[in-house]
Amino acid sequence: MKKLINDPSDVVSDALRGIAAAHPELRVDHENRIVFRGDAPVQGKVGLVSGGGSGHEPMHGGFVGAGMLDAACAGEVFTSPVPDQMVAASKGVDGGAGVLHIVKNYTGDVMNFEMAAEMVAAESGTEVISVVTDDDVAVQDSLYTAGRRGVGVTVLVEKIAGAAAEQGRPLTQVADLARKVNAQGRSMGMALTSCTVPAAGKPTFDLPDDQMEIGVGIHGEPGRRRVPLAPAREIAEMLVEPVLGDLDFTGGDGVLVFLNGLGGTPLLELYLMFADVAAALEKSGVRIARSLVGSYMTSLDMAGCSVTLLKVDDELLGLWDAPVRTPGLRWGT
Amino acid sequence: MAEGLDVTALGAWVREFARLIADHQDELTRLDAAIGDADHGTNMHRGMSAVVAALDGTPPADPAALLKQVGMTLISKVGGASGPLYGTLFLRMAGAAGTGEMDAATYARALRAGLDGVVARGKAEPGDKTMVDALGPACDALDAGVAADESLAEALRRSAAAARQGRDTTVPMLARKGRASYLGERSIGHQDPGATSTALLLDAAVTALAGGDEG
Repeated sequence: MKKLINDPSDVVSDALRGIAAAHPELRVDHENRIVFRGDAPVQGKVGLVSGGGSGHEPMHGGFVGAGMLDAACAGEVFTSPVPDQMVAASKGVDGGAGVLHIVKNYTGDVMNFEMAAEMVAAESGTEVISVVTDDDVAVQDSLYTAGRRGVGVTVLVEKIAGAAAEQGRPLTQVADLARKVNAQGRSMGMALTSCTVPAAGKPTFDLPDDQMEIGVGIHGEPGRRRVPLAPAREIAEMLVEPVLGDLDFTGGDGVLVFLNGLGGTPLLELYLMFADVAAALEKSGVRIARSLVGSYMTSLDMAGCSVTLLKVDDELLGLWDAPVRTPGLRWGT
Repeated sequence: MAEGLDVTALGAWVREFARLIADHQDELTRLDAAIGDADHGTNMHRGMSAVVAALDGTPPADPAALLKQVGMTLISKVGGASGPLYGTLFLRMAGAAGTGEMDAATYARALRAGLDGVVARGKAEPGDKTMVDALGPACDALDAGVAADESLAEALRRSAAAARQGRDTTVPMLARKGRASYLGERSIGHQDPGATSTALLLDAAVTALAGGDEG
């Protein structure tokens, strides 16, 4: 393992020190491992809290700031944070308008956030609504599994719900919008290489040089199948086809396309992939209304990418275009 | 050996579990790498180290207080799925333990309450390839031992053997819960890491609670 680390067991706290040093506009609670908006709690605004295992940066700490999250809890690498963190985060962002928890659908995340919501309600009476994202179409037979995983759509939920909260909309409306984005979004990912968890010191899974994993999860969970490496345009088809097969994305106001890098893939390749994804969508009669290309929800150093499509309308586009000022996403301000 | 479990005996059990987790940390992580996310050993080791530190710092007064402290520490320190699940197991045991010495029947009832808590929190059923597949048989064996009027030591040995056997039955199972479930058919042939750590918990009970006075 070759990584820029001091000690494998310190990677999360060391990275949080870096976030604090690089972004004085944010407030980092090092003890609880929470990144807060510098001005939290914002009175009268719904507080948005998310969090999850570390290793997916910039998600979630990099999405804290005006127009997006109010706080993000950092767990150990690929391990959900604990309820104490989520309780502290919820209290710290409570501006009197309630708190929204944005939770990715993983067994640990769901259980820990569930316990936290119970604790917050019992301790302070603050209203907490949880929205769980589960957009990964790679998971089939979701009745017999932990269900679809929350992946790329989470970034879009955080941006759009964050914009709605910033406009002063009430908790129920912000939660409904978050659910709508999750319901109208679908994702599919692929890996060229495994990631390496610092504490483990070696790759999570073996993937031969001439193979790729289609439908991989953001923690290296196996996908639908392992197939021989193929040209980018064929990979684009392999990702787009199951997404379009799961939900009708034609017509209407078009889609937001999010081409996400998993951490070890250069932007050159991501743009190359985007061209092929756009071509595949055009062939299928899907109109691109907005696009986002870059590594926003990573899996440590995994090489590969994911495609997320979100069916949009005027309201969602307006909220997507609204100003945002975070380390990871920043425009219009 | 003593038939009653007091706070000292339970403390010894928890410490022995921490020792076994430390010894098997790499094995648990390796099992988790095959069908999960390669952190079960690391997370349980971090949690149980904190549990031992808390016991050293604030020695609890009675069995219920000890089990509650263990549960709260695990929930606060572990994260992932094993934090809430092991935390709930100990918290529910605390609820059933009472403040006096626990006899075999009380211990069996407490462990059963723990199992019920794990099932309620994780929504796993027997056969889903989870810790329930080791904990369930362990509870059944403990109940059978109590019903047959076995000594605590005998009942604990029977329970630990059932947990190990339950752990082994997870190998051919198809995972239906947690990250392993995403593997589908590919989860078959791998031993479940959660059932493995649970078998260690029941093994620790034999060593610490049965006094190790018999083979």
